Amino acid sequence: MTFEYAPALEATSVVKIKSEYGLFINGKFVPAKGGKSFPTINPATEETLSKIAFASASDVDKAVAAARAAYSKVWSKMPAAERGKYLFRIARILQERAREFAVLETLNNGKPIRETRDIDIPLAASHFFYHAGWADKLDHAGMGSSPKPHGVVGQVIPWNFPLLMLSWKIAPALATGNTVVLKPAETTPLTALLFAEVCQQAGLPAGVVNIVTGDGSTGSAIVNHPGIDKIAFTGSTAVGKGIARAIAGTKKSATLELGGKGANIIYEDAAIDETVEGIISGIFFNQGHVCCAGSRLLVQENIQDELLEKLKRRISMIRVGNPLDKNTDLGAINSAAQLAKIRELADSGDTEGAERWSPQCDLPSKGFWYPPTIFTGVTQAHRIAQEEIFGPVLSVLTFRTPQEAIEKANNTPFGLSAGIWTDKGSRILWTAKHLKAGVIWANTFNKFDPASPFGGYKESGWGREGGRHGLAAYLKGDH
Amino acid sequence: MQVIDGSASSIKSFLKTLSPVDQVGAESRAAMLATRSIKTSSKSWAIDMAISMIDLTTLEGADTAGKVKAICNKAVRPDPSDPTVPHVGAICVYNDMVKIARTHLDAAGGKDIPVAAVSTAFPSGRASLEVKRVDTEDAIANGAAEIDMVIDRGAFLSGDLEKVYSEIKYIKSLCEGRAHLKVILETGELVTLDNVRKASFLAMAAGADFIKTSTGKVTPAATAPVVLVMLEAVRDWYAMTGVKIGVKPAGGIRTTKDAIKQLVLVNETAGPEWLTPELFRIGASALLNDLLMQRMKLRDGHYAGPNYVTLD
Repeated sequence: MTFEYAPALEATSVVKIKSEYGLFINGKFVPAKGGKSFPTINPATEETLSKIAFASASDVDKAVAAARAAYSKVWSKMPAAERGKYLFRIARILQERAREFAVLETLNNGKPIRETRDIDIPLAASHFFYHAGWADKLDHAGMGSSPKPHGVVGQVIPWNFPLLMLSWKIAPALATGNTVVLKPAETTPLTALLFAEVCQQAGLPAGVVNIVTGDGSTGSAIVNHPGIDKIAFTGSTAVGKGIARAIAGTKKSATLELGGKGANIIYEDAAIDETVEGIISGIFFNQGHVCCAGSRLLVQENIQDELLEKLKRRISMIRVGNPLDKNTDLGAINSAAQLAKIRELADSGDTEGAERWSPQCDLPSKGFWYPPTIFTGVTQAHRIAQEEIFGPVLSVLTFRTPQEAIEKANNTPFGLSAGIWTDKGSRILWTAKHLKAGVIWANTFNKFDPASPFGGYKESGWGREGGRHGLAAYLKGDH
Repeated sequence: MQVIDGSASSIKSFLKTLSPVDQVGAESRAAMLATRSIKTSSKSWAIDMAISMIDLTTLEGADTAGKVKAICNKAVRPDPSDPTVPHVGAICVYNDMVKIARTHLDAAGGKDIPVAAVSTAFPSGRASLEVKRVDTEDAIANGAAEIDMVIDRGAFLSGDLEKVYSEIKYIKSLCEGRAHLKVILETGELVTLDNVRKASFLAMAAGADFIKTSTGKVTPAATAPVVLVMLEAVRDWYAMTGVKIGVKPAGGIRTTKDAIKQLVLVNETAGPEWLTPELFRIGASALLNDLLMQRMKLRDGHYAGPNYVTLD
């Protein structure tokens, strides 16, 4: 007999999902105009979890008006230290209700409970704590003696880290004195709606945070609304370009956090076992639904065989399955559409002559699933080396010299993240200096901290989120 | 596979081929594996496996024949009220208690339980090679089937790897065909994970059948990152040579939770084929009773007090 881990399911009784949710406008849940709604599902089972109000342009209108009124009458007049108190309160409530948020996020997103419990929710709370501390210190943030908020901020977030992306957006916006109209992703609205309840629980003045659910048309109504002063968007490069076009010539400013095709560079002297773990975390964390994923493995050719052997052995140990199981490492793909996109791109790897490898693994029959996959023999000319797959699919390329590693790493329209693995400090510094990527990790990957600015070069986006740089995006300096 | 000819240069060049260990990465991998949730049927399997892997140990200046006999009884029948409990892996005692332990185990129905003797001037190892030879010979002559030797940490830290290697090789030659050799690295004194990896390979190249973390007299002892690195070492050695070397964490493993975390480390690092007392042992004393209490809890559905398991 071998050591089989018996199912260790996280209890779902901790969270009460309502049968339907309205839009959160001016501190209250209200139905959408015309009562239009759409279902939201659990991607691991395809079961419907709830019915969500679909916000039309006139609903967005109401949300923007509520945010404007809250801005001019309450939020902009409140002493900054008082604003900070609300953020501290929200942070503490997120910690107190962490288990509820973790289970709900796992149910609606498909990601493993280990990740929502240990990463998503604690990080979301830490973003509120971090920015709470800034609220009354903005005069000393290096943006002039008295920087001012923009006013009403429109925020559109993706489905890969629903609550975490919400906190990356809302925490700095509120800390700097802006009010918010936020649209969660179409497939993952539930934790944002639970967050709306947290706003009520914290006694946040009505209208400071408004959450409108819907699809791309709802997002577009926010972006194009004349009452919005600033846009913050995280999502695909295609949509990001559309936003840039839409706001050209208007007074609106924007931060765009878009796609990536991160290079994870492995030098011959890297600590091999920890490097293997870093590669795993780089591409299989969150099913690879990570804009900064290390989706291009650049390995020095002389250690390729040894590294791949260890990597394959380690990938074989990844536990794929029920996201609610505390021992699951790789959960469900978030939607049928995303699964189709992953399949299409991975299949192009086959037809373009790369060599596919996946471990033997039994995938559940219901829900959206894709096995951990690596492609070897990939070159720059393959689509899977150029396009963002946003799934658990790793492209392996080789290099011979550090110069070649840099050239290949930078040979992409993106520039969000990169990883460097070597035992030699001087090589880390040399490589980091030459990489064109917004976030570079050395001997680790996918580490996040609210104090550390995050964002990309080139088609990976505009501006930074987190840290002092992230605050700047929500303030108008007086210099 | 002959990887080292014993010369200082061959040892040095062999150890240079080893990949370094990144401490931050190793610690985070060990921490991630510690989150595994082992419940119900898998917990019950793990508890019995852990019991059968225990080197039930008493290594005190105050040890007496009475104390040693008592743990021998405990080793054979950990829970007198439940014959389905497996016996432990071995008894581990000081040299002068080997004969008493062997005789008593045989008398108590524990013929198949080996006696392990700590040897080579345990725990410090600060003695001449001749003293170490006599120590080892004496233990084997008195019935020790397993020798737990300590490496010369002073020599290792001063860079005299040849001395460390040749000493292990010499003790191995005394054990050959008569006793299994466990080599104690005393990782709490080697401190860095790079040192742990190097010492592991040095010991394996010199002929260790097992590599063991600690004497139990130094803290920290069998920390999860240290055991992780040693399990990676035996896995890599197997890939290089086709020989499976055992691992024995010792010191600080006191609860069922700790023991199960060790088994998870084994399962997801060296692999399931290492989950046997032939290849994994846990040096412990207090652990056994906690395992027995958890076993009763699984069986009866409620916790029994400490007075429902025998003291020793």
